[in-house]
Amino acid sequence: MISPRVSALTIALVLGGAILLAALNQFTPVGSALHVPPYVIALVGKYLCFAMLALAVDLVWGFGGILPLGHAAFFALGGYAMGMYLMRQIGTRGVYGNPNLPDFMVFLGWKALPWYWYGFQWFPFAALMVVLVPGVLALVFGWLTFRSRVTGVYLSIMTQALTYALLLAFFRNDMGFGGNNGMTDFKDILGFNVQADGTRASLLVLSALFLCGAFLVARFIVLSRFGKILIAVRDTESRTRFLGYRPESYKLVVWVLSAIIAGIGGALYVPQVGIINPSEFSPANSIEAVIWVAVGGRGTLAGAILGALLVNFGKTWFTSALPEFWLFALGALFIGVTLLLPQGVMGLFGPRFVKAAVTSAPTISEEEEAPV
Amino acid sequence: MNPIQPNLSRRGLARLGAAAATVAAMGVVKAATSPAGAQSGEPIKVGILHSLSGTMAISETTLKDVMLMLIEKQNKAGGLLGRKLEAVVVDPASNWPLFAEKARQLISVDKCAATFGCWTSVSRKSVLPVFEELNSILFYPVQYEGQECSRNVFYTGAAPNQQAIPAVDYLWNENKVKRWVLAGTDYVYPRTTNQILEAYLKSRGVATEDIMINYTPFGHSDWQNIVASIKKFGSAGKKTAVVSTINGDANVPFYKELGNQGIKATDIPVVAFSVGEEELAGLDTKPLLGHLAAWNYFESVDNADNKAFIEEWKTFTKNPKRTTNDPMEAHYIGFNMWVKGVEKASSIAPDDVIDAMIGVAVPNLSGGYSAMMPNHHITKPVLIGEIQADGQFNIVSQTPGLVVAQEWSPYVADTKDLIGDWRSPLKCGAFNVQTKTCTAGKKA
Amino acid sequence: MTRCLALLLLAVLWLSPGPGHAEAADEAYAALATTNFDTIRNGVMALSVSGDPRAQIVITALHDGKLYARADRALFIKNADGTFADALTGAAADVPATALKAVRVNNAVRSAVDAALGVLRLFARDTSTRLAAAEAVFLARDPAAVPALDRALAKETDPTVKRRIEQARAAAVLASSDASDADRIDAIATLRARGDLEARSTLGNLTGQTPAVAEAAAAAITAIDRNLQLWSLLESVYYGISLGSVLLLAAAGLAITFGVMGVINMAHGEMVMIGAYVTFMVQQGIKAYLPAIYPANLLIAIPLAFIVAGLIGIAIERTLIRWLYGRPLETLLATWGLSLVLQQAVRSIFGASNRDVDTPSWMSGATELGGLTLTWNRMYIILFAFLVLAALMAALRFTSLGLRMRAVTQNRRMAAAMGIRTPWIDALTFGLGSGVAGMAGVALSQIDNVSPNLGQSYIIDSFMVVVFGGVGNLWGTTLGALTLGIVNKFLEPVAGAVLGKIVVLIMLILFIQRRPRGMFPLKGRAVET
Repeated sequence: MISPRVSALTIALVLGGAILLAALNQFTPVGSALHVPPYVIALVGKYLCFAMLALAVDLVWGFGGILPLGHAAFFALGGYAMGMYLMRQIGTRGVYGNPNLPDFMVFLGWKALPWYWYGFQWFPFAALMVVLVPGVLALVFGWLTFRSRVTGVYLSIMTQALTYALLLAFFRNDMGFGGNNGMTDFKDILGFNVQADGTRASLLVLSALFLCGAFLVARFIVLSRFGKILIAVRDTESRTRFLGYRPESYKLVVWVLSAIIAGIGGALYVPQVGIINPSEFSPANSIEAVIWVAVGGRGTLAGAILGALLVNFGKTWFTSALPEFWLFALGALFIGVTLLLPQGVMGLFGPRFVKAAVTSAPTISEEEEAPV
Repeated sequence: MNPIQPNLSRRGLARLGAAAATVAAMGVVKAATSPAGAQSGEPIKVGILHSLSGTMAISETTLKDVMLMLIEKQNKAGGLLGRKLEAVVVDPASNWPLFAEKARQLISVDKCAATFGCWTSVSRKSVLPVFEELNSILFYPVQYEGQECSRNVFYTGAAPNQQAIPAVDYLWNENKVKRWVLAGTDYVYPRTTNQILEAYLKSRGVATEDIMINYTPFGHSDWQNIVASIKKFGSAGKKTAVVSTINGDANVPFYKELGNQGIKATDIPVVAFSVGEEELAGLDTKPLLGHLAAWNYFESVDNADNKAFIEEWKTFTKNPKRTTNDPMEAHYIGFNMWVKGVEKASSIAPDDVIDAMIGVAVPNLSGGYSAMMPNHHITKPVLIGEIQADGQFNIVSQTPGLVVAQEWSPYVADTKDLIGDWRSPLKCGAFNVQTKTCTAGKKA
Repeated sequence: MTRCLALLLLAVLWLSPGPGHAEAADEAYAALATTNFDTIRNGVMALSVSGDPRAQIVITALHDGKLYARADRALFIKNADGTFADALTGAAADVPATALKAVRVNNAVRSAVDAALGVLRLFARDTSTRLAAAEAVFLARDPAAVPALDRALAKETDPTVKRRIEQARAAAVLASSDASDADRIDAIATLRARGDLEARSTLGNLTGQTPAVAEAAAAAITAIDRNLQLWSLLESVYYGISLGSVLLLAAAGLAITFGVMGVINMAHGEMVMIGAYVTFMVQQGIKAYLPAIYPANLLIAIPLAFIVAGLIGIAIERTLIRWLYGRPLETLLATWGLSLVLQQAVRSIFGASNRDVDTPSWMSGATELGGLTLTWNRMYIILFAFLVLAALMAALRFTSLGLRMRAVTQNRRMAAAMGIRTPWIDALTFGLGSGVAGMAGVALSQIDNVSPNLGQSYIIDSFMVVVFGGVGNLWGTTLGALTLGIVNKFLEPVAGAVLGKIVVLIMLILFIQRRPRGMFPLKGRAVET
């Protein structure tokens, strides 16, 4: 399965790397040979948040057999919850100097804060919402769909419809979430200046910690008895059902958990990139997250993290090095990986990294027999 | 100076993942070994931050090309301060967080002296904190909603009063329009513009029931019933006009529907603020004869400077059919202003250049001079053009003088007392003239 | 009113030809040669009632943008071959083009030109010209036109044109200041009978009338509004069908590749885009080499788009998809990568900006059916969508390839055992789906942007349609597309375009809870899993 050695290595690399980068950024003088510029810190922090999203996708796709084409929705909702907190922290330092209303509301001529903004000035409330909003949405959506046995491509397309509907909804200025511009120009988080190097370094380490935590939780779940049944559901849902299990409950638990992990990723993402807006909901973002997992290796957890880091690093690099042609490179990468590396990059390291991942046949036969 | 040592960053990043190591290293080395300095003789870097892929590529690619042309021309003329200029092109891919990341890279890794970029408001909002934090300069070339005045941004596009209000005045006076449809895409530019226009129209005595406001999503492509409802709205007997802030992609299907449903400019004229020569190039303009656009520049402006510019552009792109448009002119003005500002300051240090920029005046392409005002906006003439059958605009009206931008709209209650002035001693982006306080944008 | 008086004066002058006549015309011609729009407009209006024999020719030239002026205010008309003729005499004139400037017009001038041409053409020989002229005069609502309308009415024999002239006269009477109340009420009745938006607009324009007239006008407006309301219901249905047919076109190809083969083809939208670019290239090619057959360019583009997109589809299947059978979800990733590559390739070849695809004249404009405005391009697209659907169904039902396709869909292994070369069928099926997408691109080029992003905007909707209808069922796709289209168009006026779409998506999600396999689930053994 997911061997202790690989897991330990993953955690050591993520956490150790982040701490090292942060330390080198903080404790070496700016001119020094060892100094890490803040640009790298912000970049790596962003990658780690994407890695959380990838981990969430891998949990439901690699182990639950649900291909989610709308997972970025949960990521973005977590991000919005955090963004609302950060907006309230701006206080009178906004352009219009209104102590209660964020700038975009003043500008739309609103007189009072809408009810759903109440409470977001307190960090604990916002933090709760980061978990609760994606969690509850996932619970409602999952309960409805799994119960009525919506599976396969139908389910995938429905998740896409969900994120598309949210995209359109958040675009509306009347929704009170800043419309297309979203939220930006943040000042403080918990009293620390979001632009300060120290805050950035801490956020990086925090992202690494949450990523490792999520990784451990995910690993614990898939290795437990629960996880074994989950894999059985993934491979042949009907047989598992005939054995007396209720597949929908298993799927629902892992689905909600995955949404929460994505939400936390989004919440950490927002202060580091400094903006949240509806384009985070775009179906293309969700598809990209699935691609990170595929590149890293589906059903390996560590592979999802690796894939997210690799693809995003590639994107950063290609968009500067080959601004006119980077889509060719990225497209070719996706095609190449699916054709040549069916187990993703993790597959390169030999079978012990992907053993019991999705290599065995059952999923395939199910899909093949499906009427689609 | 901030010389970054490649070794260390490489080591740091490599730890993130065994497989990522080599690729990662290549990238960071590339990023980190970029020349850091201002030693004379080394080229001055100019960042170009325009989307070359994704939804905005359609508009922004042209601006990247025009910047490359201007930089090449400047280099042929001997560069700047005795140094060559070097363009650094990146692709933010119409992805707003990526805009912020790329801005950070251009400033802190590539050490660009100034950056020319952005199109949408959200992309500007996304990079704004980065430019303020790292204290660098952005030239923003597109007409926008105003209500912003940053020390680190020079706005070379039009503010609402440099585009929308003269257009409405024109329709009011020339066509005796009494009933108004304000149609826009649902985002901040149309929202603000319509808010300002609504207040303005009401202040001129237009009744509420004579104003219809309609918002549609980005890329809206099925306009059948909206066009039909405009037609209905226009049948109340009073002369009706449409003020369109419909953005980008949605315009082509909108105009096609307009043409097909037979709404002629002589019945219900449509005046647009986001439709220029570039957008018309993708359209059959015969049914659109006479519909209007308000800009600060049209390709059809008849003077020698503009002719030379168009000629140069066609040669540079090796395409005799390439059109020019208003944001291109804004970059033309902005770039020349920056060159003058740098020469005036004899330095590329952002603080020196920002101070030197105010008061700089350069020729625009409409036959006059545009000057950089203390609010970091420029003075512009406002032109109104009617669409002709050949896809060009027939200029039917031009403001007699230059219009000074109102960065804070006097028609919005919360901003009517604000002004921006980045000269000493005020040095404030939002100074309330009533309370005599600086509400935002104060820089030490 | 001064304008009207001036016109009346001119009309009187014209009715009694005298020494003033030629002078007035000369003055009007001189006015045309200025650059002031107001002066030009007054010149046009004066000219239209001057009775000068050249007036119609000169105003027509102005209308077509062929009227040029020299610095000395002499007017010239540009001939089709690029030479110039003196506007006042019609004699060929040898003037250098550089010395001339085209007379510029704005909307106000254009209105005057339309009205003037309307009056002048009321006596044309061609019935349709007279009809159009009467409509132009109707829209101009110019009291000065009443005498001309009366004369036209006396001569007119065609009942349709006659009715239109009566309406134009009614509009003109209502606009005049000296008509009697009885005349006005008669005019209102005429307009009420016309009953459309223009009539309503004319009636709505009335101000400062005597109570009796105002009452009649109000009653007429109410009646017209009630009538129009009924039509607007029908209108929504029509718009819905029209949107549905666009969705159907975009989704039909996907119903084949996704529905029949189970391949989640994210590059489907790019096939549509390729179809649109084929249209663009066909138009450019025909313009350059065979201008004679230009009106038929779309008829040539349709099969060509089918072939090009189909061949690309087959190439994709052979090089990419076939390695991924049995891993259907991974086709999603590979085809997503492919869509990025195709988009960027098109962007590199054709540039990022929109390409101009013409609408042939037989597809532009609209026709009126009662209170409905039916635009030709939408009508043809509806027709085209159903033709494509019928052809597709016929191909699946009556051809041997269709038989094999259905066999492979229903049971791949059994079909293989029966000797069907399944890989070959897969390639052809994929080619068919892509080809249909290409044809959809030809239709979409008529209503949307032809840009590298064209496909992206339809891909999500297409998937929704296919899933809503039930994967693997063309009837389902058809019904799904039409339902989504009509529901959308009924919601839009109530909730706005954005909210309407959100509501549709939520309804779709809830619907799938009730019917997890769409409206028309495929029945069969394999469905169980």
